[in-house]
Amino acid sequence: MPATETSEKAPDFVYVAYIAADAQRVWSGLMDHDLTQQYWGRHNVSDWTVGASWKHQRPDGSGIVDIVGEVIEIEPPRKLVVTWAAPKDAEDANKVSRVTYLIEALGPDTRLTITHSDLEAGSDMHLDVTTGWPAVACNLKTLLETGKTLSEDAWPKEEGART
Amino acid sequence: MSDVFRALADVSRRRLLDRLYARNGQTLRELSDGLPMSRQAVAKHLGILEGAHLVTSVRRGREKLHYLNPVPIAEIVRRWVGKFEDVRLDAIVDFKEQLESAARSSASPRPSTHKTSSGEDRAGNRNQ
Repeated sequence: MPATETSEKAPDFVYVAYIAADAQRVWSGLMDHDLTQQYWGRHNVSDWTVGASWKHQRPDGSGIVDIVGEVIEIEPPRKLVVTWAAPKDAEDANKVSRVTYLIEALGPDTRLTITHSDLEAGSDMHLDVTTGWPAVACNLKTLLETGKTLSEDAWPKEEGART
Repeated sequence: MSDVFRALADVSRRRLLDRLYARNGQTLRELSDGLPMSRQAVAKHLGILEGAHLVTSVRRGREKLHYLNPVPIAEIVRRWVGKFEDVRLDAIVDFKEQLESAARSSASPRPSTHKTSSGEDRAGNRNQ
């Protein structure tokens, strides 16, 4: 298996999911308003252009946003780089981290690599991310492969309790 | 999925995963430090862990950094652990860790490893 290349600072976490779905579907899964709600419990909302903001918004009508950031790089359907912060920390450069999604086609399947960098060591965000990403990647895989979704209350409660 | 169980069936490979859990993104040299195994043996175990997708690597200049990839384990958990069981299981695991850490501190003091301290930090965080 080839190692992912990086010239930047060493990432904090690298998560990989092998998904039996084509690259385009995985790509849509990262930013589609309804798909993200189904497997992630939040809508990912953005224009998805370089420099645009993005937000991770609760679907319960409260309008509450749990994560905000900016689209740094977007190259469909292969690479998406965004910044990542709790809304209250969005102006604090030390608390703004960076997520890179890489999508590689492997025949009919897809390898999704999620890399999280620049996390503040020991922060709540650092801890939440370690438990959050494996479940998010696993849910996306389940949704794309089986069409099954989690119960709609599973995610908001779990994440809401921590944030 | 059987690759994952095969990879996890070996104590040395579980120990390598423990080391990455304590500190992610290590080189082969760092991972081999202090282990009673040759670097070649560690490389071979890492190859099996990579084959099972439990470890993934990032090449950065001349270095190859290894990362723990818990996604296959999350898939196993998802298969047999119901969503409402998570909280109860966390409580049981926290209770077990508390009892065991109390038992350890009343026994002869031992230098704690990175693994123990980070494990306790996380359990503590869940209790908040």
